[in-house]
Parts: sequence; structure tokens; C-alpha cells
Amino acid sequence: MTDSLETAAHPENLRRVAIDPVSRVEGHGKVTLLLDENDRVHQVRLHIVEFRGFEKFIQGRPYWEAPVMVQRLCGICPVSHHLAASKAMDMIVGATLTPTAEKVRRLMHYGQMLQSHALHFFHLCSPDLLFGFDSDVAKRNIVGIVAAYPDIAKQGVLLRKFGQEVIRITAGKRVHGTGSIPGGVNKNVSIEERDYLLKDIEQIVTWSQESVGIARKLFEQNLDLYNNFGRFKAHTLNMVRADGAMDLYHGGLRARDMDGKTLFDHYDYGHYWDVIFEDVKPWSYMKFPFLRSLGPETGWYRVGPLSRVTQCDFIPTPLAEAERKAFMAFDNGKAAGATLGFHWARMIEMLHAAEQIRELLLDPDLQGNELVSKGVRQERGVGVIEAPRGTLIHHYKVDDNDQIVRCNLIVSTTHNNQAMNEAIRQVARQFIDGKKLTEGLLNHIEVAIRAFDPCLSCATHALGKMPLEVELLDAEGARVDMMTRNTSGALCDFAN
Amino acid sequence: MSDTFQLDGAAVPFEPGQTVMQAALAAGHYIPHLCYHPEFKPHGSCKLCTIKVNGRTTASCTMPAEAGLSVESDIEELNALRRTLVQMLFAEGNHFCPSCEKSGNCVLQALGYDLEVHATGFRHLYPDRPIDASHPDILLDFNRCVLCELCVRASSEVDGKNVFALAGRGITKHLIVNSESGLLKDTDIALTDKAMEVCPVGVILKKRVGFSQPIGERRYDQRPISAQALDDAPRQTGTGGSCAACEDPS
Repeated sequence: MTDSLETAAHPENLRRVAIDPVSRVEGHGKVTLLLDENDRVHQVRLHIVEFRGFEKFIQGRPYWEAPVMVQRLCGICPVSHHLAASKAMDMIVGATLTPTAEKVRRLMHYGQMLQSHALHFFHLCSPDLLFGFDSDVAKRNIVGIVAAYPDIAKQGVLLRKFGQEVIRITAGKRVHGTGSIPGGVNKNVSIEERDYLLKDIEQIVTWSQESVGIARKLFEQNLDLYNNFGRFKAHTLNMVRADGAMDLYHGGLRARDMDGKTLFDHYDYGHYWDVIFEDVKPWSYMKFPFLRSLGPETGWYRVGPLSRVTQCDFIPTPLAEAERKAFMAFDNGKAAGATLGFHWARMIEMLHAAEQIRELLLDPDLQGNELVSKGVRQERGVGVIEAPRGTLIHHYKVDDNDQIVRCNLIVSTTHNNQAMNEAIRQVARQFIDGKKLTEGLLNHIEVAIRAFDPCLSCATHALGKMPLEVELLDAEGARVDMMTRNTSGALCDFAN
Repeated sequence: MSDTFQLDGAAVPFEPGQTVMQAALAAGHYIPHLCYHPEFKPHGSCKLCTIKVNGRTTASCTMPAEAGLSVESDIEELNALRRTLVQMLFAEGNHFCPSCEKSGNCVLQALGYDLEVHATGFRHLYPDRPIDASHPDILLDFNRCVLCELCVRASSEVDGKNVFALAGRGITKHLIVNSESGLLKDTDIALTDKAMEVCPVGVILKKRVGFSQPIGERRYDQRPISAQALDDAPRQTGTGGSCAACEDPS
């Protein structure tokens, strides 16, 4: 049962333990566990407690504002939203990108991938991975890493810095730039800017390769733990190029079931709603997407580095491809199915991004002057990109006055919602069930969540659709009144 | 030789008929302003150009220059008041610089930076001001209106069209479009109108070109509005003057 710990049969007599907030992730979430008197776990849930609502307040705004406005929902990978919205708006203005526009955007995206993956691995997760999941909590942070592993810490900081510089040069600012516009980009990359990045790129590629080595070594040193920690089988979704290669910027959708059988391949994301649907649950602001052909109960899936690296046919850069093959073969393929395999796959992608940046910087199209194109105006636009955390879908409908009338965002972390819940339930079964709780044990739950690199702030937008529950309690805590709004938006007053 | 008055201790020459603002700009002295535009009759409504003349406050854009005046402008007392005025303008409308296509070219934003307005200071009113996107080529985003009336003046005095007007009183005062439907599509406004050039904020916008100017190349990316005014204002007297703050970046 995939949801066997989702809802306890009799929660009234159980003890509630909350991890609130979940730390070292982007955004705000909490985990609740319900345990009985023997410390047996009956319910585990990852709740997303913040709310963003961009789907609603983008309505009425002019379409060219979307790539700049919507990226504000995140400060970690805004480029992903900037580009996904831009791709959707390319469809709205009927544009086919010029080579310069596409390559500048790709460069921006790989810079983003590099900085985000470096941030996650070095700043957020290395304390768990290098010190141990239940190590001294006072040291288990980036300051502890700087003290114990100064070279690794420095490498992480400088890798991220380089990615941010790529973004600054292509988008205008390190965070929340404006470089990508409907139909193209607003600037090219000058020779001076190119040379500024070229002087460091070899070092960046080398460090990225060494980072893959760190991830591999972690598996080698803790084979049983890393292979089996929070392990579960999942369907996968990712985007691939027409020849099956990994392509983080553009391609068709590929979905495979947990046994590797292809459900659909090279699917035109312009009609994603025919294959993906979203479910709503009363205890989270985050939606639960599922593959339509499998239904809401079993159709949930996993996206992100682990899906991309394991489900692509090959990676089109030599160093990353060699690392992909090694990863897939490691311990008879066991690492490729492990929750902690996310980290290894993420570092392979970071290496791929570094190689792609090196290749693009030598491309003279970056200095081209044909920046924007347009064609026949369309009413509907869908943009999909492989963001650092997984497949990101932006969908807009624009009226004749150029105003956005509808927006749907299915964010990477939203795709992984059920998968993250499944991972923490697995960890609860493996490490928590029947044991005396300690901070170190509870951190195991967070380690499983962090493996997905969730961005909880990006993932909650369904204003007006979310079920809500409000309770009025008297001074003794007894319920006086209660009001709920169901998933259709109808209000129910239980007192009357 | 022309007469002079004292501005923050410096002698400023002026020609008969000039205001303190006109003479100051022509002599290379910046006085913060928002609703003043050299091509239009002084309006005196935004009060950002408030100065102290012989100890009394007045708007420099409407104050006639006189020989021997003692004018204070760049003093903390007045700059604090200017900061408050800018804060009130930000709180009164819906100014979301992060996603505004006028960002980097916006006079209100540039003044905020230049006057070191670090926080809005007042509770936001969040007025409900739907945008008018009815015109095929022009967008009106009323959320950003600061009631400077430059568009009203330009449309009336230069374009001869009277496309815009202010309606309401006090806190409910707002910009409207002079057409039976109230929509811009039912006016004879054109992209080449003077009214298209003068909006200091992001209300009157040409459609489908937003964000096409890269960060770094926008008007106020490199130098603050005060520095640009000091650099760019013509030095000769008697012309009425001009400054960077008054000219549309496009």
C-alpha cells in the first residue's frame, strides 16, 4: 500500500510529533507523525504550510509580464520559472526562437542548474552526508562543514557563484533577472562577458567532476544505508530530446512505470493535461499530480535528477555520460533506484551543466543580434522545462486584449509530493517505528525529504481550490464552531 | 548680468519670469521633483520640490525666482519630508517594482532610491484598480498612477485630445479616460501622442515591448536621478531648462 501511513484509522488516542519547520529545504513545510504508546507509527504526513497563490494573481496581467512576475515565487531557481513562462509566451506570440535566443536561454538555464545543484548538495545536504544523519546537531550545518571540510565548502560556494555569474550575464541580475522575453531574449552575450566566464570554466568542470566523486564515495562507504534508505519504487516522469538524450531545456515527455515499462514517450507537452491530472487532499496546500492512465491512487510519480539520469537514453556530454553509465552500473543498478541516489544523479547533472556551459561559451551564436521573433498570435501557451528539482509546467490562456485569463503551474516539487510522502513513510517504517524518538532519528525523516531538494514555496498556488478547515475553540479547548470549505469551494458550517 | 538668489549657499542666476526650479536646473542644481515637466505649466501638486524660502516652505516649481532669496533645498528636514511623500505614494497605489516593466526607468522608483526610502513606512491601501487593456496598442495600468496629471496636461495642451482626466476627491481621486465607455479603445489616442511619453511611472505603456530593455541599460541603472539631472541639465539660463528626470527614456 503506497498510502498505508497516510491516515491513521483511529487518530484520537495517538501522540502527535511534529517536525516544524523542516529545515535546510527551500520554503516552509512540516512533518507530523502519529504514534501510539508503544512508539509504533500510524500516520506520517509532509504538510506544506505556506501559500503563494501566483496562479490567481497573475490573472488580468499582460502576458509579457508573466516571465518576470511568476519567477518571484522563488529565490532559488527563479530562472526555471522565468524560462518556463517565456516558453509558454513564445507559443502565445507564435515565435520560433532564433539560434541566439535559444542558446542564451540555454546558457542561463545551465547556469541555474549549476548554482542550484551546488547550493543543495554543498550548503543544504553535505552536513547530513559528511557528518552522518544523527551526528551532533550543533555541528550538522554549513558552518560545521566550513570548519571540518574547508576545501569542500569553498568548492561549493565557488561553484554556486559561477552559476550565478552565468545568470547575471544572461538575465541581467543574479536573482530575478529579465533576460528572457516572449519570443526571445533582450540581450546577447558579449565577447567580454564570454571571456569572463571562459577563464573559470575548466576549473568549474573539474570541481563538478570531483563532486560526482564525492557522491559516489558516500555510496561506497555506506553501501547498505545509501542503497536502502527510504527506498521505494515509483513511476517516473521527465523530458527527453527527440533522440532520447537528456535535455533540460526542451523536448517531449517520457513516463515509465515502476517496472520500467514506457507509459508514453516524446509526448507533446502542449497537451500535458491529457496525460497528467492533479488531485487535492484536505491536509496540504500542495496538489497531488498523477498520471491519468493509472488514476489518482497509484498514478503518482517521481521527477527530478534521479528520474532524468536514470530514464534518459544518454547524456550528450562525454564526462557526464561516463558518470551516468557508472551510476547505472553501480552495485548492479541498486543506486539508481535509491532515494539517496538523488544526490549522485544531481551531481552528474551539475557536471553535465558545466560541460554544456563550456560548449555554449564557444558558440559564436551567443554574440548574434537577432534576439526576438514572432509569428501568428495564439490563445494558449504551455511551457515546460526540466528545472533543477524536476519537470516544471507553466500553462497560460491569454485573451484578445493581451491579458492572462487563466494560469496553471505544476511545479517540480508538486510532482514529487506523493513520492516525498512515500519516502518519509518508508523511513518512518525503517528507523522510527517502535523506537524511542531522538533528534537524530527525526532528522532521518528530513534527510529523506532533502534528497528530493523540494522547493515548498514554489509549489502552492491553487487559490480558491484548496479545502480549508477553521475551528473556533473555547477557553478550555472545546470546539464551539467549525467551518470547512470543500474542494469545490463550497462552505459548510457544522454548527448549524 | 542677471540677478541671483542663494540655493543651499550657492548663488543661482535667473532670468525674469523663471521659477526657482527652472533657474536651479538651468544652473545645474537638482531639486527632487515628480509632477514638474519643463514643457508644461507648473502644477505644484506632488510637493516633492518643496523648498524653504526665507524660512517658509513652498513649491520650487511654482515659486518665482527673486533676487536675494535665501533658498534651502538639500537639507535633512526637507529630504525627510520628501521621503515621507514618496512613501505615501508607494502606499497609496499598487507599486510592485519587482514585476513592473517600468522598473529602472521609473521616476518614482528612482526618487525612492535617491532619497534613500528603505521601507514604505505606511500601511498599504491596496486599492482595487483594474487595468484597461482594451486598446490594441496601449495598456493603462492605473495601479501605478501618482496623479501628477502630466498625461492630462500633455493630451490636452499638446495633443489637443483630452483623453485623460482626474475624477473624484481626496483619497478617492483617480485617473479616468474621457470616453463614453470609459475605455481607452474608444478614444483617439495614438502611440505618437505626447501623452504616451510623459508618464513618470508605469501607467501608460506601449503594449508588447515590456522588458525588452536589458537590466543595466535602463535609465536609472547606472546613475541616480539626481546625478543624471546635474549632468544633463543645460547650463545656460533663460531657456526654462530641462533635466533627465523630465524626459521619457524611450
